[in-house]
Amino acid sequence: MKKTQRTSLLVIAALAFAGVVGPAAAQKTTITWLVSSSPADLPAAEGIVADFQAANPGIKVDLETRPSGSEGDNIIKTRLATKTMADVFTYNSGSLFRALNPGRNLVDLTGEPWMAGINDYFKQAVGFNGRVYGAPYGTSMAGGIFYNRKIYEKLGLKVPKTWGEFMANNDKIKKAGLIPVIQTYADPWTSQVLVLSDFYNLQAQVPTFAADYTAGKAKYAKTPAALSGFEKLQKVREAGYVNPDFASAKFADGLRMLAEGKGAHYPMLTTAINALKNNQSAQLGDIGFFAQPGDDAANNGLTVWMPVGMYIAASSSNIPAAKRLVAFIASAKGCESRDRVVGATGPYLVKECTLPKDVPPVVADLLPYFDKGGKMALALEFVSPIKGPALQQFTVEVGSGIRPAAEGAALYDEDVRKQAQQLGLPGW
Amino acid sequence: MTAAASHPTPTSAVKVGGKKRKSPYPGWFYLPAAVIYGVFFLLPTFSSAYYSLTRWTLDEATFIGLENFAQFLREPFLVQGLINTLTFAVVTSGMKVVLGLALGVLLTSEIVARGWLRSVIFFPVLVSTIGVGITFTVLMHPTEGMINHALAAVGIPGPAWLTNPKLALLSVALVDVWKGVGLATIIFIAGMAAIPVDYYEAARIDGASKFEQFLHVTLPLCRPATVTVITLSFIGGLKSFDLVWTMTKGGPGFSSDVIASVIYKQYQAGFYGLSTAGNVVLFILIAGLAVPLSMFLNRKEGHE
Repeated sequence: MKKTQRTSLLVIAALAFAGVVGPAAAQKTTITWLVSSSPADLPAAEGIVADFQAANPGIKVDLETRPSGSEGDNIIKTRLATKTMADVFTYNSGSLFRALNPGRNLVDLTGEPWMAGINDYFKQAVGFNGRVYGAPYGTSMAGGIFYNRKIYEKLGLKVPKTWGEFMANNDKIKKAGLIPVIQTYADPWTSQVLVLSDFYNLQAQVPTFAADYTAGKAKYAKTPAALSGFEKLQKVREAGYVNPDFASAKFADGLRMLAEGKGAHYPMLTTAINALKNNQSAQLGDIGFFAQPGDDAANNGLTVWMPVGMYIAASSSNIPAAKRLVAFIASAKGCESRDRVVGATGPYLVKECTLPKDVPPVVADLLPYFDKGGKMALALEFVSPIKGPALQQFTVEVGSGIRPAAEGAALYDEDVRKQAQQLGLPGW
Repeated sequence: MTAAASHPTPTSAVKVGGKKRKSPYPGWFYLPAAVIYGVFFLLPTFSSAYYSLTRWTLDEATFIGLENFAQFLREPFLVQGLINTLTFAVVTSGMKVVLGLALGVLLTSEIVARGWLRSVIFFPVLVSTIGVGITFTVLMHPTEGMINHALAAVGIPGPAWLTNPKLALLSVALVDVWKGVGLATIIFIAGMAAIPVDYYEAARIDGASKFEQFLHVTLPLCRPATVTVITLSFIGGLKSFDLVWTMTKGGPGFSSDVIASVIYKQYQAGFYGLSTAGNVVLFILIAGLAVPLSMFLNRKEGHE
C-alpha cells in the first residue's frame, strides 16, 4: 500500500511539474545577459531590459553582473572557456575582444540585417578574420583633457592646440594657486590616459606605427613620437603641476577636484561623463573637454575609443532570442532607451540614432572632432590587437617619478611581447 | 606537521620498545583518502607541471618547452618580487616571533584581565583578511587616514604608508603582523604552559632573576613553539597574496609586488601557461626554502 501511495504521489508531482513548467516554457524564453556592475552600465542595462521586454513579451531577460576591470576579464574568459557564459554579454571591443578567441567562442553576427546600419570603425573593432561579432553598446568615447571652464574664464585662458600652449596654461593656473593637472594613481588605470590619448599625435607623425608595432618592428621606446606620451606624463610631474596627493587620490576624487574648481585639467576618458552626471550634476555645465595637444597646432585631433560590444556566446541555447536583444540594442529604440537613463555621452555608432539637442558642454566639445573635416583617430588598441597588460603600472611609475619615461617605455615594449606571443602573432 | 615532529621524544619512546605491530585495519581503508588526494591534489599538481610548458588559452595548449620559465625569469619585476617576497617573509616571521614571545610571556604571567587580553590579541586572526586589508587601507590613507590624524595630533607628520614606494611593502607587513601575531602568541602560550614549574622553582632557588629565568628556562624550552611559529609564518609570508593584493595591488607601480601577485597579474592578463609556470617556480621556491629551514630548526632541537 505504501509503495503504491508513493508512486501515485510521484506521478501527481510529475504531472504538476509538467503542468506548471510546460506551457510557460512554450510561451516565454528566458535569456541571460551579463553586464558590468559599474554604476554607469547597470542602470542603463536595466532600462534597456524593461523596454525590450515590453516590445518582446515572449522573451524574459535576466541580468547578471560582473566586476569591471581585469577581474571582469577573468570572469569573461573563464566562463567562455568552460561554456558557462550567459547568452548575451557586454565586453570591450578592440584588443581585449580579440583575446576572447571570437571565432570559437562567439556567434558570428556578420549577416544580421541591422549590421548595415553600424559604423565601420566599430565593425573593425569587433571584427576578427573578416567576420563581425558584436553590436555597439553605448556611444563613441574619446581620451583627452577634461577642463574646468570657470577657471579658464577667470584666468582668461584659451583652449590649447599644442603641448606648449597647454604647459603655458598650466603655469598660469599654478600661479593662481590652483592645481594645473589632476592625477589619481590610487586607481592605476587612470594613469594611462596621457599615453593612450597621445595616439592621434603619434599616428599623425608616424602613420605606419600601428602596423609596424603589431608586426614587432616599431617600439615605444625607439619611436620618439611614441615615447612622447610617456614624456608628457613625466613633464607634468617634474614641472610641479600635479596635485600633491596624486598617489592616494582616486578617480572619484579627481572628478570632484575638477568639478569643484580645485584643479583645472584632468586627463581622462569621456566615460567619466557618466560619473560626473551621477555625482557632480550641478557642476556638469562648468566642465569642458579638449583633445590631448600635440606639437602641431594645425593638426590638432582626437583619439577615439569605441564603446563596449554586445556579443552572443556560442554556447548559448537561445541564440534566436539573444539575437533579438542584440538587434534591439543596435536600433534607434535601443539608443533612446539608453539615452533616457544615462543620456548621450558622445556620437552614436548606430547610423539611425541621433543625439538629443541639449547635450552638456563636455559632450558638445567632442562633436566637432567627429564632424566632416574633423580630425580623429582610433586609439591604438582598436587598430592593433596588442596592448600590454602592465601599462598602468608603468605609467604610475613614470607619473610618480619612480622611473624615467624612456625606461618605462622600454619595459612596456617587453610587456607587449608577452601579449603578442600569447596571441600567436607573427614576428615575435 | 612541524608541531607533531617537534615533540618526538615521548611518543617515539613507546614505539621503539616493541616491534612494529601489524595494523588491525586493512590497507584499502586508505583508498577514499587516496582517491580524494589524487583527484584534488596530485592531478592538478601534475597537470600544472604540464601546462607550465605550454602556451595555454584554456581552449588549447601549444607545447613550447621551457619558454614560459625563461619568460617568467626574464620578467623585469620578478627579481624585485623575489626580494619583496623574502623581505616580507623574514620581516613578518621575525616580528611574529619577537612579539608573539613577548606577548606570550606577558599573557602567561599573573596579570589583570589575562583571559580578556588573550582574546583581544587573538581576535584579529579570526577576521577576514580582505576585511582587514580594506580597513587598514582606509586607516593608512596619507591625508585622511586615522593613523596619520593621530600622529598629527601629537605633532608627528605621518608618512604615506601605502603610497610611498619605499614604505608600501613594510606597511603591508605590519598589518600582516597585527593580524597574525595572535596565532603566534597562542602557540607560545601553549609551549610555555607545557614547561614544568619545577624548572622555575629550581632556578629561583639557585638565585636566578626573572630575566635569567626567561633566558635560561623559558626560551630554550620554548624551542618547539618557536620552530612552529617560524616555519608557519615563514611559509605564510612566502605565499602571502591576499593582504598585498587588497591593500596595494602590488603598487605603487611594482614596488610592493610579491611573487604571488606577479603570478596573479599574469593570470589576469590571460597568460595562463606563463602564470602556471610562475606557480611551479613559487612551489619550488617555497619547498626549497621551507624544507631545509624546517629540517635545520628541528635538527638543532634534537641536540638538546
